Amino acid sequence: MDVRAQIAAVFHLDKCIGCHTCSIACKNIWTDRRGTEYMWWNNVETKPGTGYPTLWEGQNKYKGGWEVVDGKLRLRSTGKVRGLTNIFFQPYLPTIDDYYEPWTYRYQDLFDAPAGDDQPTARPISQITGQYIDIEAGPNWDDDLGGSPIYAANDPNLVGLSDEERAQLFQLQGLVFFYLPRICNHCLNPACVAACPSGALYKRAEDGIVLVNQDVCRGWRYCVSGCPYKKVYFNWSTGKSEKCIFCYPRQETGYAPACFHTCVGRIRYLGPVLYDADGITAAASVPDPELVEAQRALILDPFRPDVLEGARRNGIGDQWLAAAQAAPTYKLIKQWRLALPLHAEFRTLPMLWYVPPLLPMMGTVTEHGYRLDADELYAGLAERRVPLRFLANLLAAGNERLVTDSLAKQVAVRFYKRAQTVGDVPANKVEKLLARAGCSPEEAEQIYRLVAMPTFGERHLVPPFQRELAVADLVDPQTQRGEEGLGPRRRPHREF
Amino acid sequence: MLDLFLYGVFPYVALALALVGGLWRYFRDRFSFSAFSSQLLENRSLFWGSVPWHYGIVILLVGHLIGWLIPAGVAAFNAVPLRLYILEITALGLGLLALVGIAILLYRRAVNPRVRAAGTAMDVVLVVLLLAQAALGVYTAVFVRWGSWWYISNAVPYLNSLLVLNPQIQYATSLPLLTQLHVLNAFLLVAVFPFSRLIHVFTYPITYLWRPYINVIWYRRSRN
Repeated sequence: MDVRAQIAAVFHLDKCIGCHTCSIACKNIWTDRRGTEYMWWNNVETKPGTGYPTLWEGQNKYKGGWEVVDGKLRLRSTGKVRGLTNIFFQPYLPTIDDYYEPWTYRYQDLFDAPAGDDQPTARPISQITGQYIDIEAGPNWDDDLGGSPIYAANDPNLVGLSDEERAQLFQLQGLVFFYLPRICNHCLNPACVAACPSGALYKRAEDGIVLVNQDVCRGWRYCVSGCPYKKVYFNWSTGKSEKCIFCYPRQETGYAPACFHTCVGRIRYLGPVLYDADGITAAASVPDPELVEAQRALILDPFRPDVLEGARRNGIGDQWLAAAQAAPTYKLIKQWRLALPLHAEFRTLPMLWYVPPLLPMMGTVTEHGYRLDADELYAGLAERRVPLRFLANLLAAGNERLVTDSLAKQVAVRFYKRAQTVGDVPANKVEKLLARAGCSPEEAEQIYRLVAMPTFGERHLVPPFQRELAVADLVDPQTQRGEEGLGPRRRPHREF
Repeated sequence: MLDLFLYGVFPYVALALALVGGLWRYFRDRFSFSAFSSQLLENRSLFWGSVPWHYGIVILLVGHLIGWLIPAGVAAFNAVPLRLYILEITALGLGLLALVGIAILLYRRAVNPRVRAAGTAMDVVLVVLLLAQAALGVYTAVFVRWGSWWYISNAVPYLNSLLVLNPQIQYATSLPLLTQLHVLNAFLLVAVFPFSRLIHVFTYPITYLWRPYINVIWYRRSRN
């Protein structure tokens, strides 16, 4: 057993209101430089929808992630031999049009326009070429189901849904959607790291953060193709790849990452978990329906003495162990089994988990208004608004049972609290629901506490990163003042 | 006198520039080492340009190198006329492949506004030099027969004489004018090596073959 620590995250999808504050916080800090305008290290997608970049989930187009061939795990489209022979042209790389061409407006025209009968306008110009462009796509072009016949109807997660289920999903009076905020998953088995021929991408052993060394990156772009979540981006101006850095400079100084810190819906949970690094390959190689359980099994109980001993042997200090024991992530992922990883079938063992949304799943609109009934969870097709199949494709590698388990527990907690505070639910019904979900009243109380009214400190557990003990010196921040924030210590300016 | 400078001095100047410039760039500005791919911005014509160009030019360069390193072997191979014809036709084919490829790359770089925005003036200069080099090479293959034969009697002794610091320029000056330009342009390309994106040749990530897939770095303890 090789015990390591990983800063893991959980997003509670029921609480996401799709305000994009996280995206803006991230963009303002990290990706407002030339060459990065099109990047959204954090983005929020509407589901059903095709996402950003378009159809990123369809791995028959981009061929990212891992696959099992003859019982062995291998990268889907690249790897050592294919990587070195395809180096002159990458067959599965997304182009800027799969994201969108970034633009701004000629605001100065508003001031310089001569007096006339017409209101002056600021025409859009491309942030790449500087020329006028006709905007054809942008980030969140399909926000809130905009253009759903094109976008939502092509969601890759609709695979396996019957025509009836599809029709139900897009019926105007029952129209339903939810939001999916996405950042880098800082995977345990990162395909971007494995695909990088230069060895520029690496996973930090102490905290699991996946980074690109800007001085080693040679711009071969295999990380972009390799990442099935399309969360590594190519900076066309510096010729280097960049990705979400989990705000490690903030975490190292004790702050939550910017997207977590600013989250208006308070949907985000952050905290270290302990995992067994020896079991990674085996856990990533099991058949699809067992992937989530195998991944849960990798995460170790931070109260077990042998786990604690193994952790100490690997240099994980007491503060980290205490944080792992108190972390909201461990509770939501493993203890309560509420959270599920996004597209486990990509086999990268993502460490960002999602609590599946309950409300659009369960609620129905009747002539008397909105109705939420616990029994509907197991009722027929006609009663369901988001088909279980869809959520299972998205969050459970097709295993509907795992989605049902999580939703059943959320329903139980909801009715348990409703019986307490409103009192219109009979006690035997609450007992039945709790029993069905395998949830004790104490656990229901704890779930309610962490999900409904957690404090900032309960949501974000950032243990001390102890960079003062690092083997390599960091740059003195006093000498770094005034330079650009990310990666290279020189300004990222191309001289050749 | 000009010939002495061009064939006796300039090759050393070019090599010195490449060495000093390359080391300086490696140690002082490693961040700038990149292939500077523009595939993200333009995908289609890149395929028809980059793939034929790279496969053509890499195999041809290796061919030039083999001719220099084992001239006796190449001479023996060429002793049978049929083998000489096959070698020459293959080389001409690869040369045309490279020529078409680099022409497409130049067209793409000149016409596509996105690629132009991402590129620099040096990129254009480099592609023009490479296009000239490929065109001069194809000219030589067609009109100065048989290249793989006289390469051994002219180019190899000339290159060897450069190597032993005793340049015998008559081997080069006896070549036709356009072929001489092919030689000079080659040294010019050596000279611009570290000052252009050509350095990506030396970043070919061969170490990928023997490193483990997953790269984990401990920042609190050094490797035992």
